[in-house]
Amino acid sequence: MLGKISKSFAFMTTFAVAGALSAQAKAAVPTLKVGIYLPMSGRTASFGADVYSGVKIAIDEINKAGKVKIVPVLEDEKSEPTDSANAVKKLVNIDKVHVILGSVASSNTNAAAPIAQAGKVPLITPASTNPNVTQNGDFISRICFIDDFQGSALAKFAKNDLKAAKAAIVLDSASDYSQGLAAAFRKAYKALGGEIVAEVSYQAGDQDFSSQLTKIRTKKPDVIFVPGYYSEVGNMMRQATKLKVKGTFIGGDGWSSESLAQLAGDGIEGHYYSAHFSHEDTDAAVQGFVKKFGTLNKGKSPSDMAALGYDAVYFAVDAFKRNGYKTDAEGLKKAINSAKDFAGITGNITLDANRNATKPLVIISTHKNGHKFKQRVQP
Amino acid sequence: MSEFVQYLVNGFAQGSIYALIALGYTMVYGILKLINFAHGEIYMIGGYVGIFLLSTLGLPFWAALLLVMPIVGLFAVLIERFAYRPLRGAPRIAPLITAIGVSIVLLELMRLIAGAQPRPFPQPFEDVSYEVGTWISALDGVIIQRNQIMVFIIAVVLMLLLNTIVMKTKIGRAMRALSMDFDASRLMGVPIDRVIAFTFFIGASLAGAGGMLVGMYYNQVEPYMGQLAGLKAFTAAVLGGIGVIPGAVIGAFILSISEALVVGYGESSYRDAIAFAILIFVLMFRPWGIMGKAERVKV
Repeated sequence: MLGKISKSFAFMTTFAVAGALSAQAKAAVPTLKVGIYLPMSGRTASFGADVYSGVKIAIDEINKAGKVKIVPVLEDEKSEPTDSANAVKKLVNIDKVHVILGSVASSNTNAAAPIAQAGKVPLITPASTNPNVTQNGDFISRICFIDDFQGSALAKFAKNDLKAAKAAIVLDSASDYSQGLAAAFRKAYKALGGEIVAEVSYQAGDQDFSSQLTKIRTKKPDVIFVPGYYSEVGNMMRQATKLKVKGTFIGGDGWSSESLAQLAGDGIEGHYYSAHFSHEDTDAAVQGFVKKFGTLNKGKSPSDMAALGYDAVYFAVDAFKRNGYKTDAEGLKKAINSAKDFAGITGNITLDANRNATKPLVIISTHKNGHKFKQRVQP
Repeated sequence: MSEFVQYLVNGFAQGSIYALIALGYTMVYGILKLINFAHGEIYMIGGYVGIFLLSTLGLPFWAALLLVMPIVGLFAVLIERFAYRPLRGAPRIAPLITAIGVSIVLLELMRLIAGAQPRPFPQPFEDVSYEVGTWISALDGVIIQRNQIMVFIIAVVLMLLLNTIVMKTKIGRAMRALSMDFDASRLMGVPIDRVIAFTFFIGASLAGAGGMLVGMYYNQVEPYMGQLAGLKAFTAAVLGGIGVIPGAVIGAFILSISEALVVGYGESSYRDAIAFAILIFVLMFRPWGIMGKAERVKV
């Protein structure tokens, strides 16, 4: 009798232990530690806030779904290359993250990438478009198009759609992004038979562009190409209106910020820039994201930076999944670099041999009461 | 021709702002031999106080301008009292480093309070541009903005006011005495602490007014605006002869007009290189600056 009881007790215990074990197996969700470095302050802080708004939505969704647990570590790169390098150094050496997302300005990602490469941590940039960024090594990849494509698409748009025969270029001579994009535009625009009548430069932080604009005014260009960031471009547009500079401003994804219209005032009307995404896109996935973003952000529309941030997180998690939920750097790197037809909000992402994504871009016209989708350009 | 005049117009508007900031550098240096690196941040704070007075309190522009000056001035007096005065007897390098520290503290503090985003400045006046060509046909195409004229006039009025204070009042005489011989003035019973505080007050008031004018002129204020402007204004002060009040004004206009002309006729990416090359060139032949007096250093 006693033996029987102890036997059944033993049986029950075994059962209970097995049950506990299976419950524990269920609780051990694969965890991915994601380092994020973005310009949360400084001259391009709007990019940081926008990208992070998308990143946060994606992380919350994934953690809520419960299949994968993401542990984010956010670092502010202060819109400076040196702080970007320090931020990534910390993410690699102290936080020991499995994958790094960031940053936006190409100069900053370029400063940080060699550290991720040396530390063998995959770094995915959501929005740095300068071609050199991924040349830092095989651990560096991006989910956006590069400036060669952006520059030539804008040149075609200027020459063929705006029928602009003469262009002026205003660039930030100290920015990798600005220089690369200007070079791509210059080459493509000349190849199409356009003439570059003036080229002037400014420095990040400048407030006064009246002399540059006066010089441009005398050359009477049809379009003024400004491959810069919103913080300076907005002001430039406003001063151009005051100085009665004619000519349409065109630019790249560096314009993408709410602040552009605020800073430009009346000067915002009727210019064009290229972006990664438009919230007016009728695509179901895009509209789903727009709706989600709106409910979480007081009805605001997401910028393309927010959409890229959202995509970057899912892109990293997709690679994590294809690596069998293992966090080893080599495996993760291979999974990231072999990404094929990943369906993102900003389009399908397939990485080429140089770890760049080939994606369409959208051209957006700027207006006082909200920017408008103009056309899509296929790569 | 009209192009050249347009560059001059641009240069004069920019130069009046540089001058307002440069005066603060030069006055403090003249008396304390201290390069107050926090001065650019004072100018930035002037811009933010301006936004606060105009939009939060809804004051009219002129009232706000008249209020910004004493507010920012008192702020600078506090900085002098707590950051610089305790170090007055110390070697000159100590207050210099303190000044850099104060500058960083103010910049980062403002960034935390107001955010790093550039803030649009409320526009008190409508944008009006005058086409000079309608009066003088040779200057066809030259555009002068009403804001440029206003910035220039306000700056000139403030500088004349400063000149009167320094040259015609008792406290002005005390300031000049201090800059000539600190110790002798003290022995003669000049209330040093009060005069120095007053110098900081006046210098900061001008920079605060400059910050507000820049906000109005460029429609934006941001925490980082004091860095580049401060550096340029400091350059202007050195160029004109640091410690000499008219020198700061002349240095500011030379700097801003040469910048405008380099952008216009030269290579714009060399703008700052050329502007600073001018500084070095002038200092090679006149190390004491354009208006400065040669001074023999006592051993």
